Amino acid sequence: MIARSGLRLVAFAYVGLLLLAPVGLVFYRTFEHGLEPVRQVVSSPDFLHALKLTLELALIAVPLNTVFGVLCALAVVRHRLPGVGIVNALVDLPLALSPIVVGFSLVLLYGPGGWLHGLPIQVLFAFPSMLLATIFVSLPFVVREVVPVLREIGTDQEEAAATLGASAFTTFRRVTLPAIRWAVAYGVVLTTARAIGEYGALAVVSGSIAGRTQTLTTYVDQSYQEFQTVNAYTASVMLATLAMLTLLVMSVLRPKEETR
Amino acid sequence: MLLPLAALAARARSGGWHDFWQAASNPQGTAALKLTLGLACGIVLVNAVMGTLIAWVLVRDDFPGKVVLNAVIDLPFALPTIVAGLTLLTLYGPNSKIHSLAFTRAGVFVALLFVTLPFVVRTVQPVLLELDREMEEAAASLGAGKVAVFRRIVFPNLLPAILSGIALAFARAIGEFGAVVLISGNLPFKTEVASVFIFGQLNADNTNGAAALSLELLALSFAVLLGIGALRRWSTRHDR
Repeated sequence: MIARSGLRLVAFAYVGLLLLAPVGLVFYRTFEHGLEPVRQVVSSPDFLHALKLTLELALIAVPLNTVFGVLCALAVVRHRLPGVGIVNALVDLPLALSPIVVGFSLVLLYGPGGWLHGLPIQVLFAFPSMLLATIFVSLPFVVREVVPVLREIGTDQEEAAATLGASAFTTFRRVTLPAIRWAVAYGVVLTTARAIGEYGALAVVSGSIAGRTQTLTTYVDQSYQEFQTVNAYTASVMLATLAMLTLLVMSVLRPKEETR
Repeated sequence: MLLPLAALAARARSGGWHDFWQAASNPQGTAALKLTLGLACGIVLVNAVMGTLIAWVLVRDDFPGKVVLNAVIDLPFALPTIVAGLTLLTLYGPNSKIHSLAFTRAGVFVALLFVTLPFVVRTVQPVLLELDREMEEAAASLGAGKVAVFRRIVFPNLLPAILSGIALAFARAIGEFGAVVLISGNLPFKTEVASVFIFGQLNADNTNGAAALSLELLALSFAVLLGIGALRRWSTRHDR
């Protein structure tokens, strides 16, 4: 019994000191001089633009990655197409790869001397490259959540639907999709969190120009470097609040997934 | 997705192998890579122990606040890395009462511990949930002590999950940028890790130096993924 509560104490102390103490302190620092400084930051044009850009990137990247993720999971599990094994391995790469390397390889591809340099639209230091970077880093989550569920549910119900005359699309919509919906939802939450929170790859490709290509994460960094700590803390608290909402949604979705 | 990576590989080799080796053997870059690997090895050890311990507490123990602890574990996944870096710098930074960790290797280590915390917990937890307790009870009834039960029964069953968890943590520790960039203070040869070095080279317009180290990181990431794949096949070899 003593050993057990000892272990419990160690777990709490580790998580508390490592995670909760620093995050709590940021909330304290942000509001220690009252709400007025925070209100000023929140209504400043640079902050609003960064917020808008962050949300825009997430709003485009998340649906694209969701559709791609479900299709990719179907391709990997249901159709043994040639090359699927390679796709399956590559999908995980953004999880293991440094975001700096992701951003840098985009710079090499679209920058001076790159293979896709000189496109009619400006890609680097502009919205397109930031979107590409966001899609790249948030790619694996839906696939990774959906693949094990697809494996587990098997093909019996889908085959039954097909023998009853349902088309491939109807089978997907009426049989497969309801079975994987919690996994998709969980993947979407993770994708959104990553898309909103991406920093390294965006720092490389965006150039972080205030009011133009600055997202909330690069805004945090730049404000901090320029000793505008209130701005940095306010944006951090905003992002941390979004992160906590994510956690809340995740813990609501997880039990459903486990008792399925 | 492949095109940018191919561009990276092409660029790193564009000057031939000679230039590549020259860029790759830059002492500052080598020091950064060595530090990164050393820190990542430490991260792996701490996470193997603490991650397993936390997963154990979450699965086998029951206490008020368990739901909260379970949800909080995912915080490093949900929290943007730059915010994680700023929070750590607030606690350990120059304006704080305990500022001994800022701009030191220990500070970078703590930042990496922060972002890698969930990996082992989240790979070990489901396996521990599924683990049949009858085996442990049988061992205990045959006179095995608690330590022996853990060492001979529980640990071997958890080992594949622990290994794949620490592999993910290792990959993350090698590539992490946002959380460490603020707390490292970018001191070359002292606290500069690989990703920070690459970012610095990029800002200094030294594309070749950045490309060489990037390619090394890419190769490491691939190796880790292949390792995890092999591990998965090895651990499910009895299922088929």
